[in-house]
Amino acid sequence: MSENDDADLVVRLKAGDEAAFSELVHTYGPRLLKHAEQFLKDNTAAQDSVQDVFLQAFQKIHNFREEAALVTWLHRILINNCLAYLRKNESAETLTIDSLMPKFDWTGTRTEARHEPLPSVKDLIAQKKICETALKKMNQLPDLYRCVLLLRDIEGYSTHEASAALLISVSMVKVRLHRARSALKKLLEPTLLEFHT
Amino acid sequence: MSEKRTLKSRLLCATYKLPMSISCEEFETFILAHEENELTWRQQIVFNAHLKICGACRTYLADYQASVNLGKSILRDAKAAPLPERLVQAILAARTPGS
Repeated sequence: MSENDDADLVVRLKAGDEAAFSELVHTYGPRLLKHAEQFLKDNTAAQDSVQDVFLQAFQKIHNFREEAALVTWLHRILINNCLAYLRKNESAETLTIDSLMPKFDWTGTRTEARHEPLPSVKDLIAQKKICETALKKMNQLPDLYRCVLLLRDIEGYSTHEASAALLISVSMVKVRLHRARSALKKLLEPTLLEFHT
Repeated sequence: MSEKRTLKSRLLCATYKLPMSISCEEFETFILAHEENELTWRQQIVFNAHLKICGACRTYLADYQASVNLGKSILRDAKAAPLPERLVQAILAARTPGS
């Protein structure tokens, strides 16, 4: 949807046009649901969250200043909802991050086994099965780290924006992002090597 | 520390004490800043120097970048399914007072 279409939609929403509300839900709902599922890993919770986003958007549409795109505004509401949900409902089915961190000996030298470099990402994502497996592995990351990864690497938040959304310091965002990426590497490595050989 | 300090590990340790050289563990702490282009020029020189001499860190960094890119590609390319009609109706009904 173009910026002009968005502007027109906002005018109609503010005027209380019934069709505009339906259009908003049909246009942005699927994308919001996809993102909610990525954060919450649960379809029912994701649907509840999306419903809540639209209800908040309907109520607050008069405060929408059009400084940001409509989709960005909806995403912000969604992410705040998802993070609040995750703070309340800690997931039990995750690994401890320390077990996924790189290992060093007393000299500070890496002790992990070396292998051939992994194949290119382009070659890998062409295989549907690897995408499914990799997604399952990513969902094993503890929420604290998965959320930083999603905000920074997928939603495109800056470190400062992620810090504000997660209510943690900028340096903590950086620490968690690096640990999340390191853990992701460790989790994905066996799958990637398996598909490589 | 119970770990046996071999001649090789002692030599390695001594190498890391040279000016401008870092251990793999210290290299690890620079990775994020490197990926975000936040290293100072001096840090960048030290980082590159370690990368040149350490095959383990070269492989590690390449795999780290590949994993991050794979994760990004998978999540960004995931198809968004249409909203279930029941959910659409629930959202629109909840908006209408008295529904």
